[in-house]
Amino acid sequence: MTDMTAHDTPYEASMGDYFALLKPRVMSLVIFTALVGLLVAPVPVHPFIGFVGVLCIAVGAGASGALNMWWDADIDAVMKRTAKRPIPSGRVQPGEALGIGMALSGFSVVLLALATNMLAAGLLAFTIFFYAVVYSMWLKRSTPHNIVIGGAAGAFPPMVGWAVATGSVSIESFLMFALIFMWTPPHFWALALFVKSDYGDAGVPMLTETHGRDTTRRHVIAYAVLLVPVAIGLGFTSIGGPIYLTVSVLLNLWFVKGAYDIWRRDDAAADADNYAVEKHVFKISLFYLFLHFGALLAEAALRPYGYGGW
Amino acid sequence: MAIHVEHEIHERRKGRNFGVLGLLLAFVGLVFALTVVKVLELGEAKKFETFDHVARPAIIPEEGDTQ
Repeated sequence: MTDMTAHDTPYEASMGDYFALLKPRVMSLVIFTALVGLLVAPVPVHPFIGFVGVLCIAVGAGASGALNMWWDADIDAVMKRTAKRPIPSGRVQPGEALGIGMALSGFSVVLLALATNMLAAGLLAFTIFFYAVVYSMWLKRSTPHNIVIGGAAGAFPPMVGWAVATGSVSIESFLMFALIFMWTPPHFWALALFVKSDYGDAGVPMLTETHGRDTTRRHVIAYAVLLVPVAIGLGFTSIGGPIYLTVSVLLNLWFVKGAYDIWRRDDAAADADNYAVEKHVFKISLFYLFLHFGALLAEAALRPYGYGGW
Repeated sequence: MAIHVEHEIHERRKGRNFGVLGLLLAFVGLVFALTVVKVLELGEAKKFETFDHVARPAIIPEEGDTQ
């Protein structure tokens, strides 16, 4: 019997294949920012409730990743970067991804509502809806500004984390949202400039291809400058402080200088040094976000000892 | 003759089945721990003690009692 089935046995998806549907690398950023949102909030949370809260946010983000892979399987199959994802490579059936995405969405939202509060659960539900429907189904294939508005989905986690602790939305959580929201476009477009993408083959409008690379360079500097007041402004709220403000001023100078360098040159110059500046600014952008949230965490950690905050 | 017939799908799906078992156990543990934490956070047990189809004189608020 085994001889007969050895040839035509379909590939059996492993747990690892299902886990890959949840986009674990995106999830790690979501966990970090949600945790910071939760820990910097002025209301203490029981550690286990906090753990469940962050777990639900992470699972919710994973669920929206699975829904995105279900919807975008046709695009993913065309592009080199994504062709090895579980659905285009045939390891997971599209229906399975849809089922897992829907089930985990419901699970994470309901558990978050029961463990914490309705506002946090509502915000998580909206985040999943925003990423799966507004970004994946609607904007991604229709406008080159897809990354701008779609970035909102990645910006919600600290706001949800804050809502887990406080049960409310405030200027602090709004500015944490705005920080990631405004940071996403220059971060992504710096990458788009040096990565040879095949979005065009997949029919996805990207700014570099619809409006040209010079326009993209102008957009990088514009968003980097617009990001400055948001990042600095957060320093003057109740969760900011001298440490955050110092870190933020230095990082913003570094990032705007990098964006300026991107804007000042053209593709001929970039080709000559193999996109060194664009790659450098992309790296800065990673430090930028990590250190801003790290500084918020440092302020919160030092506050009990009389050092953090204003 | 063996009473238990081992189908090859059992072997093929072993990893997945253990994975699902692990997730289910983790879920049970999560709900249990959450229940313990939530109940302990209530503090005084009287706060969530209530009438269960039978009059309970012990928990009727006395006059002048603010609770």
